[in-house]
Amino acid sequence: MKQVLTIALRELSSYFSTWLGYGVIFAALLLDGILFNAFALGDAPKFSSDVLRDYFYFSSGIGMVAAMLLAMRLIAEEKQSKSLVLLLSSPISDRQIIWGKFFAALALFTLMNLLSLYLPALIFIEGKVSVAQIAVGYLGLTLLGAAVLSISLFASALAPSQLLAGVTAAAITVVFLLLWMLAVRTDSPFKEVLGYVSIHNERFRPFTQGILHSRDVIYYLSTILFFTEWATRALEERRLKG
Amino acid sequence: MIEVRSVSKWYGEKRAVSNLSFHIQKGEIVGLLGLNGAGKSTILKTLGTLTQPSEGEAFIAGYSVRSQAKDVRKRIGYLPDTPPLYEEMSVFSYLTFVAKLKGVPSKRGRAAAMEAMGKTRLESVRDKKLGELSHGFKQRTNIAQALVHNPEVLILDEPINGLDPIQIVEMRDLILSLRGDHTVMLSSHILSEITKTCDRILVIDQGQLVAEGTERELRGKADDQFIVELSVQLDTEERFAMLERKLCALSAVEQVGRAGEIFTLRAAHDVRPEIARIVVGEGFSLLALGRKEAELETLFLKLVSGERQ
Repeated sequence: MKQVLTIALRELSSYFSTWLGYGVIFAALLLDGILFNAFALGDAPKFSSDVLRDYFYFSSGIGMVAAMLLAMRLIAEEKQSKSLVLLLSSPISDRQIIWGKFFAALALFTLMNLLSLYLPALIFIEGKVSVAQIAVGYLGLTLLGAAVLSISLFASALAPSQLLAGVTAAAITVVFLLLWMLAVRTDSPFKEVLGYVSIHNERFRPFTQGILHSRDVIYYLSTILFFTEWATRALEERRLKG
Repeated sequence: MIEVRSVSKWYGEKRAVSNLSFHIQKGEIVGLLGLNGAGKSTILKTLGTLTQPSEGEAFIAGYSVRSQAKDVRKRIGYLPDTPPLYEEMSVFSYLTFVAKLKGVPSKRGRAAAMEAMGKTRLESVRDKKLGELSHGFKQRTNIAQALVHNPEVLILDEPINGLDPIQIVEMRDLILSLRGDHTVMLSSHILSEITKTCDRILVIDQGQLVAEGTERELRGKADDQFIVELSVQLDTEERFAMLERKLCALSAVEQVGRAGEIFTLRAAHDVRPEIARIVVGEGFSLLALGRKEAELETLFLKLVSGERQ
């Protein structure tokens, strides 16, 4: 765990030693603010809980893009700069490398979410929402973001460059996003399987309404485990081939 | 300390290393010599657990690079041909990070980084960003990261690559200072450099070990002709022509060349006693008579081409 923390702290500090960390947070908060005012609040009268629901829904899209930008570089950049050799020749496992990188990106993603807390807090000025809905909504955003981080980390471990990692991550994420569309056009048992695997839509909507299902949490956690494990295997495969 | 047993490595259809075996004792500095693409880096990567052998097995301090890779990594310092640096970090913070990564206890991390900086003379750039350093300082930092956890074995891939002559001398001194405390295996394609730092040389060609030994032993294997250089005091042209004819008449002598009062003879065996007798017998004043050693590069090419034939 100590080695995982060592990798995570270095990675986290590297986000802030370049424009990337600041840039992604700034852009995400700016877009969150615009979408909150333009669409979540809107012109028509709304219940406060609906404003919050719409905010989480729009914010999830920005969060997914931010997660891709944060994670696509994690391994691919080290391959390009040849610094990965340092990690691979150190007495740590490939799994520790992957989790260290993942936790760094997750910490930055969580910080980004925390900085956006003022937006739902604005609702309290003229409305009333439950703190539980805010908490569950942010849990959903974090879990969805973490799942996309793990997908992008896997793409980063697989691809030889950041650009290819970004394209691969986007492709996998879009497929997982659109699976619900396939689900409604197929029959059982594919309908259930595709519906279950779909990363957003029915899986994420309950969080926006403050509804917490353990099955949704388990789904996101298992997606994270699945892709981090495949990222580990991609690194191991690289070592095997040389 | 390092044992390689029948290691082969394939990259698809291409065989980079072929049935390679060798043994390195504790405290030795051994050089891996070969042309570009000979398989040197693949061997070092295998020992550094960055790749696995397709066949065979290698051990470091008794630990298998295949099944006990983590134990191996605890005991090695690996210097890749391109310094694995994070350009946004300062030298000190980078080395402290590497120390933690290599398992140095947290309390010792800063001290270990300081020691490594001391050994590699990096104190003057302690707080400089790695991206701002010259190539020489980057390479020193590369050495420092390999040394920071005081490993038993150092694996150095082309440590003098891209260094200027002064930096090469400094790097050579640094490697020599590691003798005894560490077992060092380094690679290079520059024979003259490897002979100055290494106790023993392994010559690799097309992934195979073609020769092994000290510089003297390798010379013995490759240098099958005697080149003798003779220098006599200045005399008349007629007497020089007569001396040249007498030297040519020696049965073992294959070729005689002359530049002024200096003769160069190529012979099948050591003919220095016969030459000395002729020179003195003809009344010349002998200034110098010695065996001229072939250029190191010539020897290397001979070893490699001889094996290919």
